[in-house]
Amino acid sequence: MSMPFYMSPEQVMKDRADYARKGIARGRALVAAQVAEGILIVADNPSSTLRKVSEIYDRIAFAGVGKYNEFDQLRVAGVRAAELKGYQYSREDVDARGLANQYAQILGDVFSTSGPKPLEVELLIAEVGSTLPDDRLFHVLYDGTLLDERNWCVLGGDAEAIAQRMAESFVAESAMDACLKVAVAALAGGDRKLSATELEVATLDRSGRRRCFRRLDHATVTRMLG
Amino acid sequence: MPLFRPGDDPGASFPELLKRVGLPSAMDLPAATTMSLPHATTCIALRWADGVLMAGDRRATAGHFISHRSMEKVVQADDFSGVAIAGTAGPAMEMIKIFQLQLEYYEKVEGQLLSLEGKANQLSALVRSNLPAAMQGMIVVPIFAGYDTEQRRGRLWDYDATGGRYEELDFVSTGSGGMLAGTVLRVGWRSDLDRDAAIRLAAAALWEAADADSATGGPDALRGIYPIVATITADGWNRIGDDVLASTYQSITEEVRAR
Repeated sequence: MSMPFYMSPEQVMKDRADYARKGIARGRALVAAQVAEGILIVADNPSSTLRKVSEIYDRIAFAGVGKYNEFDQLRVAGVRAAELKGYQYSREDVDARGLANQYAQILGDVFSTSGPKPLEVELLIAEVGSTLPDDRLFHVLYDGTLLDERNWCVLGGDAEAIAQRMAESFVAESAMDACLKVAVAALAGGDRKLSATELEVATLDRSGRRRCFRRLDHATVTRMLG
Repeated sequence: MPLFRPGDDPGASFPELLKRVGLPSAMDLPAATTMSLPHATTCIALRWADGVLMAGDRRATAGHFISHRSMEKVVQADDFSGVAIAGTAGPAMEMIKIFQLQLEYYEKVEGQLLSLEGKANQLSALVRSNLPAAMQGMIVVPIFAGYDTEQRRGRLWDYDATGGRYEELDFVSTGSGGMLAGTVLRVGWRSDLDRDAAIRLAAAALWEAADADSATGGPDALRGIYPIVATITADGWNRIGDDVLASTYQSITEEVRAR
């Protein structure tokens, strides 16, 4: 008679977490920050077609790091959830907190029970408010952990080192161009230089317009980096 | 959160998504023939030098009664297009709402804008999906107009109740007073109309429609309600202010009085 193979739950979870973390750390990072004009999201992404940052709803943006196919599927699910809620109720009833909770449920569920492997992604759900304290930055980890971030947050890549550089040079309520320089320097680190063509930059503008999401093209980014 | 397996995925179609998640829209309702439901009436669109202009009266009628005086039948669909609807008000308004959502939904899911032709085609599918209700009297007939940023010109389409889509070159009219308004446009339209002349022509067309068709509302100076008139050019959608329309109608009134 063969013995059933036993693995302690601690070991299973640890292995899964290591697997997801390694997958995420292999990819490139992104930084989001609150600025005077809204929310700035900067991704280290040389592709101008495979996006990491995109629009979910009027005041809400999505950003993902890790495996593209996995977070892109989650992005589309988020657009659908938001549009359906807005259609059934009202556009004001769609908020980042509700979406972030749903993402946390999905990632947590796949991590601990239903998936053959955890999803190798980390997500950011950002919502711009009418004033800076009303902004929301929700950071969802691969295991469903949901963090409510303030000022700025870093996802993916060598997140710890980038976070340290951000902490050193970030100034609260700074202007968009100043903050973009800080974020790009933090993403690059050391002697590396990141040019506009290697960056994907998008903002959520704190303007009165209904759709706040805006992509910044390479020319604008180059000018802002000055 | 709606997640689908690759085979079941509704793609970039919002109406299809509504079906998959089991949300019936007002357009899917079974129709009853005898109810007296509000109707929305005359809408027009015309091409002018810089783009297109859309206009529609504000009246909705239920049988012989006026049910609304300030309905908005001409609405912005997205930055460079608009839609105007004549027909049964409930399904018409729902159709506009779904159409607006569909354009934005497509843009977000696919990461790029639909072409103007693609948008016109989408509306065609929506009108066709309303066909069972149309057969029982709840007809919805839209006009779609927009500025084609690729071809750099204004374009307009009209539809029939089966979803048939016809691109028109110069002008188009729909609704109960559409024939009357269309005649005014036919006589007055010139290929080089400027903005003011286009507004004036549209206002005159709606005036004549309201003059002879009881279901079309004229300018209501008493309540300050004027038709909705909007231009769509390379600069996007621009709704003409009530003050401009008030003075346009003032001069039309004087002209008619002097006849």
